[in-house]
Amino acid sequence: MSRFEESAPARGGFSFDLCKRNEMLMQKGLKPSSYLKTGTTIVGLVFQDGVILGADTRATEGPIVADKNCEKIHYMAPNIYCCGAGTAADTEAVTDMVSSQLKLHRFHTGRESRVVTALTLLKSHLFSYQGHVSAALVLGGVDVTGPHLHTIYPHGSTDTLPFATMGSGSLAAMAIFESKYREGLTRDEGVKLVAEAICSGIFNDLGSGSNVDVCVITKGNREYLRNYMLPNPRTYVSEKGYSFSKKTEVLLTKITPLRELVEVIEGGDAMEE
Amino acid sequence: MPKQQANWSPYDNNGGTCVAIAGADYCVIAADTRMSTGYSILTRDYSKIIQLADKSVMASSGFQADVRALQKVLAARHLLYQHQHNKQMSCPAMAQLLSNTLYFKRFFPYYSFNVLGGLDSEGKGCVFTYDAVGSYERVGYSAQGSGATLITPFLDNQLKSPSPLLLPAKDAVTPLSEIEAIDLVKTCFASATERDIYTGDKVEMLVLNASGIRREFMELRKD
Repeated sequence: MSRFEESAPARGGFSFDLCKRNEMLMQKGLKPSSYLKTGTTIVGLVFQDGVILGADTRATEGPIVADKNCEKIHYMAPNIYCCGAGTAADTEAVTDMVSSQLKLHRFHTGRESRVVTALTLLKSHLFSYQGHVSAALVLGGVDVTGPHLHTIYPHGSTDTLPFATMGSGSLAAMAIFESKYREGLTRDEGVKLVAEAICSGIFNDLGSGSNVDVCVITKGNREYLRNYMLPNPRTYVSEKGYSFSKKTEVLLTKITPLRELVEVIEGGDAMEE
Repeated sequence: MPKQQANWSPYDNNGGTCVAIAGADYCVIAADTRMSTGYSILTRDYSKIIQLADKSVMASSGFQADVRALQKVLAARHLLYQHQHNKQMSCPAMAQLLSNTLYFKRFFPYYSFNVLGGLDSEGKGCVFTYDAVGSYERVGYSAQGSGATLITPFLDNQLKSPSPLLLPAKDAVTPLSEIEAIDLVKTCFASATERDIYTGDKVEMLVLNASGIRREFMELRKD
C-alpha cells in the first residue's frame, strides 16, 4: 500500500508527530468531533453446514436514534460477510476497502476468497491505526477449507470461535448463546438461536433496537435475510392525523434575469482536453 | 502533578420523558415508565408521577433517587399545610413550594426535571415547568427529560398561538378538547420513543378535571 512508502519515518516504527499538535488543539478548546456510533448487537455462530451472522438495525448518535433501519451486515465476498459494531463510518470504510482488496485478489489468483485472507487484511489495517479506527467486527464465511467465524477488535486482535457476539448488546446476546448453543445445529435451529440472541440485545440493551437482520452462508450459497424479524412496530398512529399549517408567507417575488448582468461570449473557450 | 478531577459523581441519570398540557377545564400529565442507567434498563414499570394534592400532580425525570427524596419532602410539607390551614394546597401554591424546595438546595441540587400540572382555583388547567434549581413559569404545555427536545417543537407547532402578542404565554390553555389532547400526548410519546433510546416501554397518563383524576396506560416500543 502506497501509504507506507510516504510516511515511513527514517528511524522505523510509528510516527507520533501529530500527537503534540492534537494535544495543543485540545488544550485550546477544540472538541473532538462527534461521530455516529452504532451501539449495536452483532452475533455469529457456526452450524453444521456453515455460518450464520445476525445484527440489529439501530444506529445511535448519543441518546438519539439516527437510523432506525441501517444495515450492519456488510458484503466482503460472495462467500464472506462481516458484521460491524462501533463507529459506523469506520465499519463501512474498512469493510468496503477490504472487500475491494479481496476482489482484486480474486482476479489475481483466480480462486474463491478465503476467510483468513479477509481476517489478515482487516487486522493489519486496524492494528496500524492503533485502535483509532473504532471498528469491532464479526467476520464469517465458508471457503474451501470449511466454515470460519472470527471476531476482530478495534486494536487489531482476533479470536476464532464457534459462536461470538460484539457491540454494546454483546452481553445480552452472549447470555443466550451460552445457554442454548451446541455443536451441529441445523439451519433452522441456528437461525432461530441467532434471532433470539439479537432480540435479547434489542430489548435489553438501549444501544440496540428495531429489526433483526440475518445472513446464512453455506458452501456455494448465501442467503441475506434483510429484516428477518420486525418485532418493533410503531405502537400508536393517530387516526385523525396531524396537519402543519403553512406559516410561510410570500412577501415579494422578484425575478432578475441574469443575462443582463453576465457577459456571455458565444463560442468561448472550450474546456481543455 | 496536574490537578486531578473527582471521578465519582453523586448523580446518575435514569432517563425518561414527562409532558403536561393544560386545557380549559382539564390537565393532562404524562410520563413514560422506563427507568434506565447507562445502556441498561433497570425496570420497565416505574411511575414518575405523584399526586401531591387533590388538584396537583407532579411528573419528574432525571435522577430518580433525588426525585423520590423531593417527593417525600413535598408530601410532608403538604401534610403540615393541611394541619395548619385545614385545607388542601392549591396548584399555584404547590408550584411555589416546589420552586422554593428546589432552590433550597441550590448548591447541591436535586437532579430532577419537573413539570407540575393541575387545576387552579378557577378550575382552569395549569402547567408549571421547572429547571433543576427551581426557576419556574406557568405555561400552557411543557415537556421535560430526555425526549423533551424531540417533543417540544411538535407541541410548539400544534399548540402555540401564532403570535405571542395575540395570546400571552400564561393564558395559553389549549382550545383542544380532552380527547384531542390525550391523542396528542400519545402521538408525542410514540414518536419520541422511535428516536430516543431512554424513552419507551409504557406511558402513564393522568387526566385531572372537575370530576376527579383518571389514569390511563399505553404500550410503547420496548427496544
